[in-house]
Amino acid sequence: MSTTAASTPGASREDLARLEERWAERPSLRSWFSTVDHKRIGRRYLVTAALFFVLAGLSALAMRTQLARPESRLLSPQEYNQLFTMHGTAMIFLFATPMLFGFGNFLVPLMIGSRDMAFPKLNAFGYWVFLFAGLFMWASLPFGAAPNGGWFAYVPLTEERNTPGLHMDVYTLGLLFLGIATTAASINFIVTSLKLRAPGMSLNRVPLFVWAIVATAFMVIFALPALNVDNAMLFLDRRFGTHFFDPEHGGNVLLWQHLFWIFGHPDVYIIVMPALGIVSAVLPAFTRRGVVGYALVVFAMASIAIISFGVWVHHMFATGLPPLSYGFFSAASTIITIPSGIQIFAWLATMLLGRLVLKVPLLFVIGFIVTFVLGGFTGAMFALTAFDQQVTDSYFVVAHFHYVLIGGALFPILAAVYYWLPKITGRMYHEKLGRWAFWLFFTGMHLTFFPMHLYGLFGMPRRVYTYPDEPGWGGWNLVSTAGSYLLAIGLLLVLIGVIHAVRRGRPAPPDPWGGDSLEWSTDSPPKPYNFPVLPQVHSLHPTWDDASRTSMTEGATDDRILARGRQTLVTSELDGRRERTVEMPEASLQPLLLALALLVFFTALLFAWYPVAVGAALVVASTIAVWLWPPRRPDQELGVSA
Amino acid sequence: MNARGGIAAATSTEALTTEQPVGRSAGWWGMVMFVATEATLFACLIGSYFYLRFQHGGPWPPDGLTAPTLARPLLMTAVLLPSSLPVVWAERGIRRGQRWRLRTGLAVTLVLGVTFLILVATEYAEKLREFTITTNAYGSLFYVITGFHGFHVLVGLTMISWLLVASLRRGTFGAHRHDRVRNAAIYWHFVDVVWAAILFTIYLSPRLS
Repeated sequence: MSTTAASTPGASREDLARLEERWAERPSLRSWFSTVDHKRIGRRYLVTAALFFVLAGLSALAMRTQLARPESRLLSPQEYNQLFTMHGTAMIFLFATPMLFGFGNFLVPLMIGSRDMAFPKLNAFGYWVFLFAGLFMWASLPFGAAPNGGWFAYVPLTEERNTPGLHMDVYTLGLLFLGIATTAASINFIVTSLKLRAPGMSLNRVPLFVWAIVATAFMVIFALPALNVDNAMLFLDRRFGTHFFDPEHGGNVLLWQHLFWIFGHPDVYIIVMPALGIVSAVLPAFTRRGVVGYALVVFAMASIAIISFGVWVHHMFATGLPPLSYGFFSAASTIITIPSGIQIFAWLATMLLGRLVLKVPLLFVIGFIVTFVLGGFTGAMFALTAFDQQVTDSYFVVAHFHYVLIGGALFPILAAVYYWLPKITGRMYHEKLGRWAFWLFFTGMHLTFFPMHLYGLFGMPRRVYTYPDEPGWGGWNLVSTAGSYLLAIGLLLVLIGVIHAVRRGRPAPPDPWGGDSLEWSTDSPPKPYNFPVLPQVHSLHPTWDDASRTSMTEGATDDRILARGRQTLVTSELDGRRERTVEMPEASLQPLLLALALLVFFTALLFAWYPVAVGAALVVASTIAVWLWPPRRPDQELGVSA
Repeated sequence: MNARGGIAAATSTEALTTEQPVGRSAGWWGMVMFVATEATLFACLIGSYFYLRFQHGGPWPPDGLTAPTLARPLLMTAVLLPSSLPVVWAERGIRRGQRWRLRTGLAVTLVLGVTFLILVATEYAEKLREFTITTNAYGSLFYVITGFHGFHVLVGLTMISWLLVASLRRGTFGAHRHDRVRNAAIYWHFVDVVWAAILFTIYLSPRLS
């Protein structure tokens, strides 16, 4: 199963040399800044998101240290507010989504049998914007000017007169800036998955991970604008004296909450869905069979993507809206558990019917199922308005969403780190170290967050920088803090494992797990052009089926080698019929330049240097104009008559 | 759409077994997705307008402001909505390789679009005497929504001018190369159609009460 196209090439030596010449980037400072290779960009997304994760994690450790004992005064209230706001904002916006998009960037073209994303330069641009937006937000912390109104930044607290200073301007502008990257990446994922699939990969042969990324991207397209409008209004209210959220002048504070959660609830699935896609991608390799109920899982993802737009008011059950709307949103929130349940049972059935290979990635998947289901239980409790109103704004909520997000996103992300590390770095990780990391992380996670259910029920409110010694609070908080250190040690072992693999790991074969999707038929790490011969796909599990595999070796045809240029294949949206070959763009510095101009633009807005902002906007416009300037062709080739 | 055949051609075996649509490029999908997310932005703005209006209760516009007059906005509509037609005509022309049609159509649209922006400016000059963006939530909504749309018209016009400049050079666009014309046209149609929603929201809806 691990014999691959690369070891017995179907492409001739001359073809390989030509492909190498067209696609390889000579290592230089310039190529580091100008690369458009989706694999390099994907790796950067992963590393940068991990860096922001470390910063957000250290913020959490500082908070847990403060909360270890009652009446502790290590951190001032001002510092604490900034830490919990940056922790939440960074985990949601700068870690979870970019990390998963990093895997998407690296894997989607490989899984669908393409040589790059549909818009490689846009892809590079998205990464730079993400990096700059993240630095833009974190840079405010050392100056004591970091966002401090909670990650959902409710008005009127966050209005200028209640929170003066740059804090919330960093938040609104930072998220607007970051939104450009997320939108660009989402459009790129959708178009790539629609147009660049290998011939023969009709919709019913698309890997579940790719489906998950596409469903996520569609949610971003329709959910993110609500957040952008919200942040733009808050910025205008704070800076230019508009009155969108000001009840004294005809505004309304609940408008913020509505728009925020119209984005915010789909965002829960924007974070969790690609992670569920990871689970569906990891399971076949470690159960030695395809995921049970492929079509049902796809339908479940599509219906979650749609229903997630109709549940936002369950974040607002304590705001005094009409009871009729509570009834509707309570019902919708209950309904959405059905497609989630379908996926869980599909995975359980896969494990039941398959032959389990208990390696580290599968351990993390099992850890995911346990943790995520516990988070789902409390989620179903929250769908009931009466219960929600009892525990809202208590630590019970904190426990719930950490079970959902650590369970639903972090466990799968860690599974993905171990699963694809051989593909990404070309090195194997240390199995025993990985097991230690899993058990420490799993134990630490439950030790930290399970007690939060308890002291939440005992009445401890969230977002307090310190607390009095009420019965049941102090002891359990100490347990949580101890658990958080254990969790951190587990994550440190993951990091050590990755560094160890990169430095000392034994070289990875192309297909160490006997995986089913196309990335396992490339080298580890893949060649710059991914596939010497683009595959002809005959089934849902192309690496497990002979016809698809031989299409890359003995069955190779010239029209799938495409060595004459920097080319890949465009196919039809539904059936994956071959349409034509397209020329892919070369490396370019324009993406970096455009992102830098945007960084100047947003920084100038932050400090109210408006003439500079106008100048930066002009640079943005002219860079785009040059970027898209059409190349020249002879008239005959264009078919021009007049 | 089909020149001949109509229903018979559309239901023939060949038509039914061929996947539709055919031959849409990556650029086309990219622009459609971009327009989809932009349209959602406008939907959120317009939704906020109605939310604030109905949560506010009482007379709208509030604070004794008068409901907007219709003469100029209707003129603006008469200028902007038809401006899509020359773009369509230009695009069909370049598909047949007729570069003169591309240039003429784009130039006409450019003139119409600039006229629209001038009308917006005169509208603002008049309104600013009555209320500003900081007067109340109504003023904030009015200027932010129309201003955001005006900005989109400006971006659309930049695209149109950019196409026009590019089309003056030989060897840029032709029957086999007009992806950029098509994509810019999609954006322009969007900017155009969104105006109809804004006309209804900002100018007509305050009169329905």
